[in-house]
Amino acid sequence: MSQPPRVVAPAEELTIASNDEVVIVRQKVRATAIELGFSLVDQTKVVTAASELARNTLVHAGGGHARIEVLDNGHRRGLRLTFADNGPGIPDLQLALTDGWSSGGGLGLGLSGSRRLVDEFELDSEPGRGTVVTVTKWTR
Amino acid sequence: MDRVPILKISDILLVSIQGDLDDHAVLTLQEDLADRVVATGALGVIIDITAVEIVDSFVGRMLSTIAGMARMLDAETIVVGMRPAVAITLVELGLSLGGLRTALDLEKGIALLSRPGPEPAVTDDMSPVGQ
Repeated sequence: MSQPPRVVAPAEELTIASNDEVVIVRQKVRATAIELGFSLVDQTKVVTAASELARNTLVHAGGGHARIEVLDNGHRRGLRLTFADNGPGIPDLQLALTDGWSSGGGLGLGLSGSRRLVDEFELDSEPGRGTVVTVTKWTR
Repeated sequence: MDRVPILKISDILLVSIQGDLDDHAVLTLQEDLADRVVATGALGVIIDITAVEIVDSFVGRMLSTIAGMARMLDAETIVVGMRPAVAITLVELGLSLGGLRTALDLEKGIALLSRPGPEPAVTDDMSPVGQ
């Protein structure tokens, strides 16, 4: 049986306030995924999800923070990414997770698409209180 | 801000994207390409993404936009060199990039462009009367 996941490496905190910093988030996530021994396909998936979510933070909330953590559940190691902002929040979570629905002129694949690229996905948001998206990808 | 160089080889424009572009550089490339297609009268655009490690929805949309824009300016776009992991991720992300022509590598992309395109479909209006 897997144990409850515990954080095994100090979290890395990154600010997302510009396009450059979205690129830095992608690079740090890739470096960590390589360290954890993710396959090339899984590296690509988790970096792509990070790119979508970091851009969401920048575009919809004007910026925020990303946290990168390494987890261990006794069996496998995982990469947990948390994107938090103090933006306007999401009034309808179900709608926001629908393919093709967009509030910002994008393709509407940021949230719904990145959910398909990771193993665990959590969305916490309320209008006026900001948004926190947490995703986890486990090694195989 | 680094600009992505656009090379011209006879009537083809070649763009080789190297490394990790930020969103601003992606938009700049889109505008630069439109200008260069018109300025050179190029008939083909080849975008080489061999060195691109991820294509997210923003870059995917940029590729589709370039293809659509070039088509309006009488040029055909072919994306070459997509990595297998990128293709798998794009499909799971939900981006099918319909309407975008691809080739496995630069050589195949150029071959595709130098082949005559499909004959324009004959519509009913153009059929000879009485046939």
